[in-house]
Amino acid sequence: MYEQIARNRRDSWLLAGLVVAILAALGFAIGYAAVGGTQGGLGLLGVFGVVAILWSVVGYYSGDRMVLAVSGARRVTHADEPQLFNVVEEMTIAAGLSRAPAVYVLEDAAPNAFATGRDPEHASVAVTRGLLERLDREQLQGVVAHEMSHVRNYDVRLQTLVGVLVGMIALIADFFLRWSFWGGAGRRRGGGSGGGQGQAVFMIVALVLAVLAPLAAYAVQFAVSRRREYLADASAVELTRNPLGLARALHTIASDPRPLRSANRATAHLYIANPLKKAKEATGIFDTHPPIRQRIAVLLEMAHVGPEALT
Amino acid sequence: MIAIIVLIVVVVVIVAVLAGMYNSLVKRRNQVDNSWSQIEVQLKRRHDLIPNLVEAVKDYMSYEQETLTNVTNARAAAIDAGRRGPEAQAEAENVLTGTLKSLFAVAENYPELKANQNVIQLQEELTSTENKIAFARQFYNDSVLTYNNKIQMFPSNLIAGMFNFTTRQFFEAPESERAVPVVDLR
Repeated sequence: MYEQIARNRRDSWLLAGLVVAILAALGFAIGYAAVGGTQGGLGLLGVFGVVAILWSVVGYYSGDRMVLAVSGARRVTHADEPQLFNVVEEMTIAAGLSRAPAVYVLEDAAPNAFATGRDPEHASVAVTRGLLERLDREQLQGVVAHEMSHVRNYDVRLQTLVGVLVGMIALIADFFLRWSFWGGAGRRRGGGSGGGQGQAVFMIVALVLAVLAPLAAYAVQFAVSRRREYLADASAVELTRNPLGLARALHTIASDPRPLRSANRATAHLYIANPLKKAKEATGIFDTHPPIRQRIAVLLEMAHVGPEALT
Repeated sequence: MIAIIVLIVVVVVIVAVLAGMYNSLVKRRNQVDNSWSQIEVQLKRRHDLIPNLVEAVKDYMSYEQETLTNVTNARAAAIDAGRRGPEAQAEAENVLTGTLKSLFAVAENYPELKANQNVIQLQEELTSTENKIAFARQFYNDSVLTYNNKIQMFPSNLIAGMFNFTTRQFFEAPESERAVPVVDLR
């Protein structure tokens, strides 16, 4: 299992690198075609690099507050939710973190949970009211352990940064497609100075890239997210030493038909289970989560029990 | 000339490797100390909660004087054992855990007790404190394992011997206590 964790970690950093590579290729191709030549390509690549860094810094420092605000989460204290608060503290101790994350509750009947923040010292864990109502203490512990693993493994930071870059790729590609459509390309041809054959070829390359890059970037982002879900399940078991608790929690979450109202495409990958649509058996490349049945099966195998233990 | 440069490089590399091993030993030892203090914080918290619990239930459970006395005595013994190192303390704390379990088992027979809001609250706090002790112990034992391995395994054992790093004791849990304690009054 520990080998699996190590491989997961390596793979997700490789995937994050791939997103950076897509951004760089897009920048170079658009620069070459629209600004002109290798210099234009490198110039625009540099501009994109600077913007990506600035953007990431903003996301790094305020991404968690934005996510919490968008989802309508409310901060709670020990007096409001003693059991939830205690369970979060228990998992903080199990993970050996020096500081417990802030605890938030979403007033929504659909059972779900997510974590956000930039590092274990600045992290938040949020659960829905439905989760608190439907899960027993052991199940709640499993879910909180899963979220604590995202915090401890710095998944929250990786997801924020990858999310920022993917958003930027989508925006740039969109902008370029509009620009070339509304005659940007024609004006360049009218200028006529230099460029020529190479630039025309690069124009086509840039257009194709602009169409494909966002799709590829989303696919990669979701692949990162799927790997991290398995990893967090495994780490959660390392904390609680109780795979059945999390398996039973996922079973309860999966059997609830209600979608989470405050979740959207941008925040869906943060949740412990996909808040938007129903569980499927197979994984598609645009899924943010691995099939929940598969995750439950892995956990049951760890517990050495059959599916009858879920009920 | 080249020989001298090679010699210097070799010496620098060796010193760097030794320093790295030393620092990693110090880091591990600090983690062990730190996780031990976390256990102590939680044990202290349990010691503080028990008088409140005994106070809250004693009017309902006047026929169970013996159970209550056992808990109070075990608490005193555990506080006392705290001065005699991890092994003695682990033993005394395990006895205390046992007496608390029988207290909650006996409490099953008193419906008014199960409805008392104050008792329910204390029970959640005690359950959580039990869990925290268990998880702190789990983390402590993991830290001790990594630390002891480093001290005993080549080559860091050479550094450990030179600078007097000594192995630490585990905080043992009895077999029956591996599972999350179930003290459900409802």
